[in-house]
Amino acid sequence: MNWSRVWTVARTDLKQLIEDRGFWGPMVILGGIFFLVIPTVLLLTITKIGNVDVVHQMSQTLKVLPPGAQAQIRGGTDQGRTAYALAVFLLAPVAIVVPLTISTAVGASTIVGERERGTGEFLAHSPAHEREIYLGKLIASLLPGYATTIAGFGIYSLIVNLLVGPEVGGWFFPTTQWWVLMLWVVPPFLALTLSLVLRLSARVKSTAAAQQAAGLVTLPMIGIAYSQSTGALFGADKAGLWIGIVAWMVAGFALSRGMRAVSRARLLGVADGI
Amino acid sequence: MTSPDASADPGGTPSAPPVVQLSGVGRRFGAVTALDRLDLVVPPHEVTVLLGPNGAGKTTAIRMITGALDPHDGTVRTFGLDPADHGEEVRSRCGVVAAKPALYDRLDGRANLEYAAELYGLGRKAAVATRIRDAAARFGIEHALDQQVGGYSTGMKTRLALARSILHEPDLLLFDEPTSGLDPESSHAVLEMIREMTDDGCTVVMCTHLLLEAEGLADQVVVLEDGTDLVSGTPLELTRRYWPGTVVLVAAEDPASLAAATAIPGVRSSEPGTEPGSVRLHLDHDRRTPDVVLALAAGGARLTRVEPLQPSLEDLYFAVRTKRDVAADGGRQLTSDGINETVGGRQRQVEALTGWRAKDTPAHAGTTNEGSSR
Repeated sequence: MNWSRVWTVARTDLKQLIEDRGFWGPMVILGGIFFLVIPTVLLLTITKIGNVDVVHQMSQTLKVLPPGAQAQIRGGTDQGRTAYALAVFLLAPVAIVVPLTISTAVGASTIVGERERGTGEFLAHSPAHEREIYLGKLIASLLPGYATTIAGFGIYSLIVNLLVGPEVGGWFFPTTQWWVLMLWVVPPFLALTLSLVLRLSARVKSTAAAQQAAGLVTLPMIGIAYSQSTGALFGADKAGLWIGIVAWMVAGFALSRGMRAVSRARLLGVADGI
Repeated sequence: MTSPDASADPGGTPSAPPVVQLSGVGRRFGAVTALDRLDLVVPPHEVTVLLGPNGAGKTTAIRMITGALDPHDGTVRTFGLDPADHGEEVRSRCGVVAAKPALYDRLDGRANLEYAAELYGLGRKAAVATRIRDAAARFGIEHALDQQVGGYSTGMKTRLALARSILHEPDLLLFDEPTSGLDPESSHAVLEMIREMTDDGCTVVMCTHLLLEAEGLADQVVVLEDGTDLVSGTPLELTRRYWPGTVVLVAAEDPASLAAATAIPGVRSSEPGTEPGSVRLHLDHDRRTPDVVLALAAGGARLTRVEPLQPSLEDLYFAVRTKRDVAADGGRQLTSDGINETVGGRQRQVEALTGWRAKDTPAHAGTTNEGSSR
């Protein structure tokens, strides 16, 4: 494995994404909606609308949370406790939906795109091994989604601390569970989903077909990832670690299988079934 | 050029091992047979031109040579290595220009070349920047290196693809219709460059269906059809095989005075020339030309033109293909010199070549005493 070539493939794909305003424009908007707009509106609504029935009812629903999670909730008021629970436990989807959506969009077109543009011919005749091309494309698909998520996570942390912090006695976010979620649980789910998406991208006939098929794969993956992420947040300290370990193992297996999906015949568009 | 083995040594001897050797290679895509027992030998430091119509298997043959595709049957050896097992080593020594330029439109020209440089292991050192500049300058594209390739014209894209193919100084260049989309001046420059590359010790395999661009460039011609090699050899060998005699274009003030030409000893056949009032005489030997001129003059013909014709690659190509078609069409075999012994007249040839039925064939098909190969 020549890692220099892997990084070359990844860097070149990323360069092309950066040059494509039509791609990163919606990506920034998506990240903004999930990490900035939705949390701000929800948390502002809860912390500023006062002691009304809605907040009271929401605080009552917190009792359905696992005891371990309930014990972590901070705040002396209903607003504070509700806002804290919302920020820490109930907004896990933002950490999942954004990277999976962005990375899937990139990954779905990455191999079939080479074929459609004719650049697959260049790669097929190059010394790069199929594994190097596959990993380069994987990294190029993974990074935009994950980088957006990390950046969004920073913004989200700031908003949560600014809006909820005063209600619960100071800045508190990210919690340990969120660090585990972001650095240990989300990446393998992202890799697992991309391994499936890249396999699809290598096998289908067009970018449009790849996007359609990737959507079918991504939706259940978002569901699984969301449930596991929520479990990691709700569970005891080690829950996130164990979920991450299992996710990494599954992702590793999926990636090793996925590498076989990229062949020179598929880059050229002459493999059987294409 | 780097040349670690004997096959790539500049100035290698005729006995040097071939750079490429395909033996009985077959490749299928589903129900379609792209290559069918293809044999191909590419000698070092020469230009081998693969000729054939669309779908003949030229592109697939190139893909076999680099190992981009594996054969279903037969063996492939490039630089003496099996590309299936030594793909990286083989491809590192090959430069390929595909029929489509295969460039990244969203990147600028320099980034495209840098990408190739890194994939081919040249790295990102300062020396690479110089090499990129030199390669671009060689094809007159250095002024556009910082422009996005999406804004390039077709010709500029082809030039950039050509520059990319020589960036790593390959031993073997594989060009799939390299002048496609180029204006005549650029085409000429590319063909000149190809000749220069062989002078530098490089070996070139070029696919084309443009016969004129292969004319004068090819050291070896391989005519492909339906995935197999119909014939191969140097242009001279093939010309001698298909035209062992001489063809002379003769014109006279009165074209009717040339009608009796076929009765002159040594004249094997006659057919209309490309110019009005002219005929092409097929002689059994080039020493017959003065005798024929004398005989025609003695018969009262006032000759305005006498020009020995060298069969073009186009003539050769159609001769090869016609022979095969006629052979497949009711067993009307042609002899090795291209003369149809069993079919009197040119109509069968035209029918075999064009698919026209005999009754549709132009009536002025020519005056011939034995038929001809075209």
